[in-house]
Amino acid sequence: MKTYLTPALAGAAILAAGMSVAGAATLDDVKAKGFLQCGVSTGLAGFSNPDDAGEWTGLDVDYCRAIAAAIFNDPKAVKFSALSAKERFTALQSGEIDVLVRNSTWTMSRDTQLGLAFAGVNYYDGQGFMVKKGLGVASAKELDGASVCVQTGTTTELNLSDYFKANGLTYNPVVFEKLEEVNAAYDAGRCDVYTTDASGLYAIRLTFSNPDEHVVLPEIISKEPLGPVVRQGDGQWFNIVKWTHNALLNAEEAGITQANVEEMKSSENPDVKRLLGLDGGFGESIGLSNDWVVNIVKGVGNYGELFERNVGTTSPLGIARGQNALWTDGGLQYAPPVR
Amino acid sequence: MRHCRPGTVRDTELLLSTSLRKVSMAIQNDAGKAGGRSGPGLSAFIYDPFYRGLIFQALIALAVIWTGYEIVVNTIANLQRANIASGFGFLGQRAGFDVSQSLIPFTNDSTYGRAFFVGLTNTLLVAALAIFFSTLLGFIVGIARLSPNWLLRKVAMVYVEIFRNIPLLLQLLFWYKAVLALLPQPRQGIELPFNSSLSNRGLIVPRFIPENGFAIVFAVFVAAIVGAVLLARWAKQRQMATGQQFPTIIASLGIIIGLPVLAFLVMGTPMTVEYPELRGFNFVGGVAMKPEFMALLLGLSIYTASFIAEIVRAGIQAVSYGQTEAAAALGIRPGIATRLVVIPQAMRVVIPPLTSQFLNVTKNSSLGVAIGYPDLVAVFSGTVLNQTGQAVEVIMITMLVYLTISLTTSLFMNWFNSRMRLVER
Repeated sequence: MKTYLTPALAGAAILAAGMSVAGAATLDDVKAKGFLQCGVSTGLAGFSNPDDAGEWTGLDVDYCRAIAAAIFNDPKAVKFSALSAKERFTALQSGEIDVLVRNSTWTMSRDTQLGLAFAGVNYYDGQGFMVKKGLGVASAKELDGASVCVQTGTTTELNLSDYFKANGLTYNPVVFEKLEEVNAAYDAGRCDVYTTDASGLYAIRLTFSNPDEHVVLPEIISKEPLGPVVRQGDGQWFNIVKWTHNALLNAEEAGITQANVEEMKSSENPDVKRLLGLDGGFGESIGLSNDWVVNIVKGVGNYGELFERNVGTTSPLGIARGQNALWTDGGLQYAPPVR
Repeated sequence: MRHCRPGTVRDTELLLSTSLRKVSMAIQNDAGKAGGRSGPGLSAFIYDPFYRGLIFQALIALAVIWTGYEIVVNTIANLQRANIASGFGFLGQRAGFDVSQSLIPFTNDSTYGRAFFVGLTNTLLVAALAIFFSTLLGFIVGIARLSPNWLLRKVAMVYVEIFRNIPLLLQLLFWYKAVLALLPQPRQGIELPFNSSLSNRGLIVPRFIPENGFAIVFAVFVAAIVGAVLLARWAKQRQMATGQQFPTIIASLGIIIGLPVLAFLVMGTPMTVEYPELRGFNFVGGVAMKPEFMALLLGLSIYTASFIAEIVRAGIQAVSYGQTEAAAALGIRPGIATRLVVIPQAMRVVIPPLTSQFLNVTKNSSLGVAIGYPDLVAVFSGTVLNQTGQAVEVIMITMLVYLTISLTTSLFMNWFNSRMRLVER
């Protein structure tokens, strides 16, 4: 009888133990394992994309590196999880990743019903349409009856439906789970139109054999504030991610760059001194060292450098700062002060 | 204790039968115990295999129930603690997205619950059609593998070996790419009769719209089928009694086709035809068979047919050649011998593994998500799951649905199997 009983009891014990969700502080977990597990896309140029050498690059990837730099003073202390749109939130909810920086749109339902919290907006985007030039379409209003390729599990899918309905147009959705599948179907001519966030359209257009054959239509049909996401219930971790983002913006505003961060330490500007941890204990207040901003900027640069390097006019994507310029330059990027 | 054999406990059924055996053993023990082992103490109670068995079975049952209860309670508690919405209320909310192919009316104002049924009907549609075509093709190929014609036999063999040995997902991707690559844009679509067109938007055919009075035509059609069945039964009885044959197939076809056509004409052709028309980007009107659907149906049918072919071949080869010889000795022609002697006996062997294949088709249809076919997995546990974020509920419902479909298929096939069973006298 012993042979029957032992596995049964062992099984019950395992189940009982496995059912309690790890509720410990994320920062402690991350420090204990020695790296940050960061959720990114499966490959979107400019945001999160492995380069020729297999290194992840992009704006979202640099956000992961910035958080790692703030914690470990090492922007390389990151492991990346490539996630489809469908998998991303479940991966974060289940604790598989520590933070999700995957061009994800901040919406109310995601903020309130998924047990998640958006920590800021690292890219102000909007949904657009791309068509082949040969179709001779100049406006999204001419797309009546078109087949539209779209990725499942995105706000894009819903905006698309709303837009066509509001304009009294019909369309036929062709829905795929993975971005590469959507790209392939559009490239093969299965759809007339490709829709996703405008930044994504520019990035995807570059991957086609002849980018000049495709044109992005002028209509932007939605607000897509993209940003990093964490689980609810861990205020300290939420603050770390939120203030890493704010630090990147404040560094740009204060003129602190990757190149001059050491020199700036001798600045007499009280804003700069607070930011670089020479005055006050701001880093310690979120569980980091006081030179956290120095580490971030030394590791990856400020927001403006990140933007230019990955998606800006010096990158293959060539996107202008536009709405993503600092508020001082007429954009929307505005960070609360470190004070 | 004569019957006492050490048994491994594998499932409840075995447990039950073990306990029954223990009851009988306990009775035998009581009978043989007269004057034997005495002392009705606690140790006697514990060492009695019957009671010991009962106690442990009860404990295991309790453990299973407790585990299930704990899983449910913990899941709910954890979801609430993580601030994740739970419950099934989302099924009544507005979906807000569109689906490319739907058997039931669906707009973005429909509910998530309706989106579930859209996915379900799409899954059932492709599964049912794939079962039909794979069975048809599988039987043909399976019989061809035993053909005396060398070329036919080898072609069937190559077919089976290729399609049975490549993963289904790869085959689906291949068919999808092949379908998309071969077919032209809608404006250069291949023209077919009746304004039909084949392009990479799919096969577009005219739609038939029934008008008033079409219900009568349909009723006549149903009545004709019933009539044909009755006729076949009568013809069989007459043949059994008198030996006279009746051309059942031709007569049945005549009834099933002729009567509805007659009714259709009498009612004054109560139907309009909507021809597809190329307007702007796409065809307007007509019914479209989407490339995703075609690729999935093609891939599933061809893949499953290769397995069914092997099952059919094995079934036929399981019937001893003596049966064929005996039929020949009785003067039965080879065609009839195959149909009336070999196939019925082969079916006994064929049906149980065939059931597994039918179950596989339904489950494999979920791979359609890779090529954008809006089945249950794509629509419900894809889009709906993402838009609501209620993974636990959605996945649970999806699993239950596949379980239900599979069990229903299995029940039907078991019933069919018992009907086809060799009746031994």
